[in-house]
Amino acid sequence: MIHFILNRILWLIPVVITVAAVTFFLMYRAPGGPWDREKPLPQVTVEQLNRKFHLDQPRWLNISGVQDQLDQGVDNPYTLGKTLVNTQFFNYLSNVFQGDLGPTYASRGSESVQQVIAKRFPVSLKLGVVAVLFAIVVGIPLGLIAALRQNSTIDYACMFTSTLGIAVPTFVSGLILLIFMSRFLHISPIRSPDDWQGPFSTAFILPGIVLGLGTTAYVTRLTRASVLEIKEQDYVRTARAKGLGASTVTRRHILRNALLPVITILGPAAADLITGSIIIETIFGAPGLGSTFVTSIGKRDYSTLVGITIFYALLIAIANLLVDISYGVLDPRIRTSR
Amino acid sequence: MTAREPIADLVLESPPLAAPAEATPALSSLGDLSMTKPPRSLWTDAWRRFRKNKIALIGLGYLIFLIFVAIFAPLLATQNPVKADVATAGTLRQAAWVEHPNPLKTGEWAYPLGTDSIGRDVWSRLVYGTRVSLIVGFIPMLVILMIGVPFGLIAGYMGGRVDNLMMRITDVVYAFPALLLAIIMQISFGDTAFGQLLNGLVLLFISLSIVNWTGVARLVRGTSLSLKEKEFVEAARASGASHTRILSKHVFPNTLNAIVVAAAFVIPSAIIAEAVLSYLGVGLAPSVNPDSPFPTSWGQMILDGSKFWQAQLWMLLGPALAIALITLAFTFVGDGLRDALDPRQGK
Repeated sequence: MIHFILNRILWLIPVVITVAAVTFFLMYRAPGGPWDREKPLPQVTVEQLNRKFHLDQPRWLNISGVQDQLDQGVDNPYTLGKTLVNTQFFNYLSNVFQGDLGPTYASRGSESVQQVIAKRFPVSLKLGVVAVLFAIVVGIPLGLIAALRQNSTIDYACMFTSTLGIAVPTFVSGLILLIFMSRFLHISPIRSPDDWQGPFSTAFILPGIVLGLGTTAYVTRLTRASVLEIKEQDYVRTARAKGLGASTVTRRHILRNALLPVITILGPAAADLITGSIIIETIFGAPGLGSTFVTSIGKRDYSTLVGITIFYALLIAIANLLVDISYGVLDPRIRTSR
Repeated sequence: MTAREPIADLVLESPPLAAPAEATPALSSLGDLSMTKPPRSLWTDAWRRFRKNKIALIGLGYLIFLIFVAIFAPLLATQNPVKADVATAGTLRQAAWVEHPNPLKTGEWAYPLGTDSIGRDVWSRLVYGTRVSLIVGFIPMLVILMIGVPFGLIAGYMGGRVDNLMMRITDVVYAFPALLLAIIMQISFGDTAFGQLLNGLVLLFISLSIVNWTGVARLVRGTSLSLKEKEFVEAARASGASHTRILSKHVFPNTLNAIVVAAAFVIPSAIIAEAVLSYLGVGLAPSVNPDSPFPTSWGQMILDGSKFWQAQLWMLLGPALAIALITLAFTFVGDGLRDALDPRQGK
């Protein structure tokens, strides 16, 4: 088990390197630069900024630097190797592993990407927590009821609603809800930035629920499928035969075992929620990391875009890792087989 | 109610078997034991099961309807989707049935769903948007299958070190947040000559499939891994068939079930991704060419609509409903296909 966990944690390293390399490559071949303005900046300022952000260094490998040193008679392989990787990408990568995602271009370096993440991510995290809580509190009971009353009207209603939830993207359901609320209920769900402060702000409830709709639908379906399977098991019959009440059997014998597969979707759900948060935050005007990503597109703030992408990739990888580990810990069959 | 249908089918397809009195003499003579109806393949069986699923049929019907809408868009559109009606530009004409004190804003059936901020007809744009949505669903699906299926087949069939290496590559690609990478791809190549091909459609196809093939690859690999242990593969190998032949004639056909179902779910997710990219302003380039076959997409319309919907509801509601319905239809068809092609999974 320990071997398995360590193996999976080490696996995060190549993931981060690849994500960093690909996004870095794509961003730096993008047209225009972070210093593009309506009124062009003076050449001197651009050069100063480039120097400040190390954009004057070679991008991938410093081959000409090595050539120069060889010409000067340097033959220490360590010095030569160090010169070779003294480039934008490798310096960036080594900073990333030390938790430094570099300065944001938009702020001209007065703010670092990790500071932006630290400031914005809590808002996204709260939305995600509301979404997951909603998915669990609504999805599991719905799935359980649907399975216990299989093929009843309630079952069909639950299944139809969850199909809707899976099929219709949060992007569209969020917009339709927004229209509905302000047209027919005359409530504007779009809040001012101040409303998003404080840990228990009500502003989070509606966007959080919209964000969680897809996950709720998946949890409902999975709980239903899982309960349907478990309720035919021998040990459930045994429990009934012992004379245990229906609610005890449901709680202790069915639900407990049925919840295990539900954990597995929390990994993919993390990816869904991150993607969803980008849209939902933009629609509802939440000052989270997702909307920061979107505004950075317009500002051509490449360092922020690359930094947030790496952060999210790491987050998704960690969520998947936790799911794998928790599955191993919770299911005795998997625990012993490893 | 549904249980009666197979019998009805049987009656229709093979009249001699319908009446037992006639069937009995047939059994007595060996000569009559020849096939009375063509053999049922896996696919006809699946189609029989699919046909019984009403919701899936409704979804399929709607998709066929959309294909016709896309082909005959010029006939269904009431106006040119790109040309602006200068007279009403900026007035945001309401939908046809809405009365408004301002005569320029009062609805008119020449503009069924009203006009947008620069006087273009919302209905006609919606009709033309069907084209982009369908093509953006289908082509990335094909690209994803073309990468994912061979990748998964080879990994699963070869096994061992090859499999290990290929699956590691899949794992790394899988770790990319797909939407973020698509956004970055669009920014990076959007202004290049390549990014402008077909108004940006070609780039969009690539952005939408570059990460998403991993799901298909994993699925196919799993199936191919279990298939290669089967007796018929062993028999083929024993009779001297080459790897290529075994893969193409024995393994691949048996993974088709899973591939078809996966493809049905890839399409709506590509459609949604296109809409999201356009909504974020990094999707298709807005077309100003009045003869363009792909003048706009529903995602672009949502982006426009999200700025003006309080004044002109249908600018946002129209494309939002269109996307909701198309993804719903694909999900119904996908669910129906899964039930039809994999009866063991059942309900």
